[in-house]
Amino acid sequence: MAHGQTAPGILAGRLSSEEIETNFSDLHPPYAPHEAAVAADRCYFCHDAPCVTACPTDIDIPLFIRQIQGGNPEGAAETILSQNILGGMCARVCPTETLCEEVCVREVAEGKPVEIGRLQRFATDVLMGSGEHPFMRAEDTGKRVAVVGAGPAGLACAHRLAMLGHQVTIYDANSKPGGLNEYGIAAYKATNDFAQAEVDWLLRIGGISVECNAALGNGLTLEGLREAFDAVFLAVGLAGVNALRAQGEDKPGVHHAVDFISEVRQADDLLKHPVGRHVVVIGGGMTAIDAAVKSKLLGAEHVTVAYRRGASAMGASKFEQDLATSKGVKLMFNVQPRQVHGEDAATEIELEYTASVDGTLQGTGESVRLPADQVLKAIGQRLEGVPDALHLNGNKIAVIGAGRTSVEGVWAGGDCAAGGEDLTVTAVAEGRDAAMDIDAVLRA
Amino acid sequence: MADLTTDFLGITSPNPFWLASAPPTDKEYNVRRAFEAGWGGVVWKTLGAEGPPVVNVNGPRYGAIYGADRRLLGLNNIELITDRPLEVNLEEMARVKADYPDRALIASIMVPCEEGAWKAILPRVAETGADGIELNFGCPHGMSERGMGSAVGQVPEYIEMVTRWCKKYYDRPVIVKLTPNITDVRKPAAAAKNGGADAVSLINTINSITSVNLDTMSPEPSIDGKGSHGGYCGPAVKPIAMSMVSEIARNPDTLGLPISGIGGITTWRDAAEFISLGCGNVQVCTAAMTYGFKIVEEMATGLSKWMDEKGHTNVRDFVGQAVPNVTDWQYLNLNYIAKAKIDQDQCIKCGRCYAACEDTSHQAISMGADRVFEVIDEECVACNLCVDVCPVEDCITMEQMQPGAVDPRTGKRVEETYANWTMHPNNPMAKAAE
Ligand SMILES: Cc1cc2nc3c(=O)[nH]c(=O)nc-3n(C[C@H](O)[C@H](O)[C@H](O)COP(=O)(O)OP(=O)(O)OC[C@H]3O[C@@H](n4cnc5c(N)ncnc54)[C@H](O)[C@@H]3O)c2cc1C
Ligand SMILES: Cc1cc2nc3c(=O)[nH]c(=O)nc-3n(C[C@H](O)[C@H](O)[C@H](O)COP(=O)(O)O)c2cc1C
Ligand code: SF4
Repeated sequence: MAHGQTAPGILAGRLSSEEIETNFSDLHPPYAPHEAAVAADRCYFCHDAPCVTACPTDIDIPLFIRQIQGGNPEGAAETILSQNILGGMCARVCPTETLCEEVCVREVAEGKPVEIGRLQRFATDVLMGSGEHPFMRAEDTGKRVAVVGAGPAGLACAHRLAMLGHQVTIYDANSKPGGLNEYGIAAYKATNDFAQAEVDWLLRIGGISVECNAALGNGLTLEGLREAFDAVFLAVGLAGVNALRAQGEDKPGVHHAVDFISEVRQADDLLKHPVGRHVVVIGGGMTAIDAAVKSKLLGAEHVTVAYRRGASAMGASKFEQDLATSKGVKLMFNVQPRQVHGEDAATEIELEYTASVDGTLQGTGESVRLPADQVLKAIGQRLEGVPDALHLNGNKIAVIGAGRTSVEGVWAGGDCAAGGEDLTVTAVAEGRDAAMDIDAVLRA
Repeated sequence: MADLTTDFLGITSPNPFWLASAPPTDKEYNVRRAFEAGWGGVVWKTLGAEGPPVVNVNGPRYGAIYGADRRLLGLNNIELITDRPLEVNLEEMARVKADYPDRALIASIMVPCEEGAWKAILPRVAETGADGIELNFGCPHGMSERGMGSAVGQVPEYIEMVTRWCKKYYDRPVIVKLTPNITDVRKPAAAAKNGGADAVSLINTINSITSVNLDTMSPEPSIDGKGSHGGYCGPAVKPIAMSMVSEIARNPDTLGLPISGIGGITTWRDAAEFISLGCGNVQVCTAAMTYGFKIVEEMATGLSKWMDEKGHTNVRDFVGQAVPNVTDWQYLNLNYIAKAKIDQDQCIKCGRCYAACEDTSHQAISMGADRVFEVIDEECVACNLCVDVCPVEDCITMEQMQPGAVDPRTGKRVEETYANWTMHPNNPMAKAAE
């Protein structure tokens, strides 16, 4: 029997296995062929289409949708994947409502965009389902490139380099490749172990070897890689997490949201995965929303996202906010954590209201206490363990052009590099573009 | 990826997709951009004789028919041949051909029905380096009143005569473009062949009035309150064009005469269908005018993928593959018996099949409680209307009855032998009554 939502403390098995299965099913179920045809028919094949401009990887969206219309989903997938080799994952996780679909002329005209993300999923599912890998390697160049980090940026870079004929070795600190696709992205966005299936499919290009449990700073050095390879691409993401700086932060029951999310993603059996009765998530980005929604789906009775600014400043899009509230998550705005209370473990959290005074955020002095047996901190990730030789811009690796760092022969891209939004699709674009630049330099 | 390189009359192009003679090919600027976008060839907008060019209307020249969601299905136009001076066109053609030697460039020509007129223009066209010419005998408006275009195309003797002049004064391929505004398209095609044409292309546009404005009582497009019939083209004309193409392809008089297929081609599939009906390549106008030059990418990738699937390595491999299956009604197998079948899992219970069959066909669909629609095999003649009106693809299908089974409608056994109308006992002219 399930414990139910109101059992106190951090417990596993709050819901029945049927409930868990429903809750963690596909957020946007795939289109059936007829649905895809109807959705594709709505595309106007715009000239110099705004959606293409809005896509960080510049996928030729009108063309791929026309190929779906014409009964050629495999061709559509090739159009997508030739620009964005992780087009399958991006179809699932891109905040399309702030990218391509936001500027779709039908969104602007009717408030109802062509559903580009789901069409992209349809096409890529057909091709990947057929087991085909449509790209071939160019003749071997004899050049070797090291890629550090097997997240979207590293994978995209490696695939493009391999396609251009270079030999690539990817090193990743984790035990599985995929980066946040594997350990971060919400489970209901990438069901059926899609992240690993996609990595396997991508590696079929050949010429790429993956070495897991191999970390830069722990066995590997930048100097060593530079000596052993013709070029190095750093795509280590943001491995560190920001501190909350609230009293009681060290009490049991207080966790990093990214750890919680990663454990849920890696759980063999979600029924055995514990979650609090009263969960409070601190933060306002995609991570906060994902952690909150997952808590709710696991059976928490009350889940609150506490964000220190207003709704419009939230990193999570309107769609993500609505998703959370539709699952029963409460969004609280203009509050910041002051203290976590509880004898042996967290039981309550004290939040202070905030206001913007002369452009800076300040506590108003007024506060409120919420029951909280689990507190999840989602206040941002940061770069950790960067080799000293690299210049930083803010707290990320400084790059110019297509990812060139301050060290010769070393490129960087994805979340760890300065510039661009921290999104899967941006990481893919940066990885791909760095590969093109590395290729140009190696051939020069 | 299958190679799409196409050889038509010895003219090679990187793919079988040419732009038809029309506004998309009216000038150097357009044609260069078309080639950059990937079109395999162009038939330049029709040239007229030396001298002051024709003038077009200065108001709307197009009318349109829409499907759901304002999808353009048919376009009608009252545009004439090029309204730019001959010399300008010729100079531009020569420049473009020199820069794009791998693409096909065909000159479309329409000059008066006098030998001198053709004799004068042909050497000048030859000088441009164009790969061939297309004789525009098709334009249904404006030019026909001047004794050109479809006025010539409707008289097979004129076609033959003009074609002969062209073969006499020009040594590269001559394509004769046919008008569909005629009762039997086989006649002008045969005349073209007799005149020595290397190929025919079809169809040009169909006489049409797209709509009438019920407030002003003027046909559209309306010029100062009056309208004139125009030429119809676009997806709506494709079935008409394909039928005409197939007639020429299977006519003994024109057997083997190369055909360039035109009319409503919008996707790779349309092109593949025209080619299977005997066309060596295809020409496109309305689809480019509706969506821009970029559509050729969908056409090329789609066709190439389909060819890979079918194991075709060259377009030539399937030219005319469907022609042997185009036959006369009287030869269709009357012992082929099918029944409609409704897939209850897919049925959305709209009842359109019921309305169609009950009101206008054979009362062969029943409507049960809870809106369950089922075919009554005793009544179904397999006319296909329910399939055609059903909004759900593959929800209603036609299932062939196997030989030996008894057709509940007639009570007769389904025979495995082939038998057509020419042998049927009801036919007073039946040949061999068995
Ligand atoms: C919870 C969460 C949800 C998200 N949801 C979305 C979403 O829905 N849509 C979206 O577009 N984006 C989302 N994002 C952002 C997106 O996941 C990232 O922008 C993207 O994964 C960045 O890719 P990357 O390759 O730069 O880094 P990562 O995906 O972080 O990959 C970095 C890789 O480097 C490895 N690594 C780290 N340090 C080392 C080292 N020293 N040596 C060797 N390897 C190392 C890591 O193990 C990891 O595999 C989300 C992020 C989080 C945290
Ligand atoms: C605006 C317009 C102008 C045309 N002008 C010519 C012409 O000058 N010469 C010609 O041979 N055909 C002309 N056509 C006919 C096209 O070349 C083509 O035969 C016809 O449009 C059918 O093809 P489609 O359905 O792809 O448009 C014209 C068509 C249009 C729409
Ligand atoms: S397309 Fe529109 S803008 Fe262009 S010439 Fe015609 S009427 Fe004018």
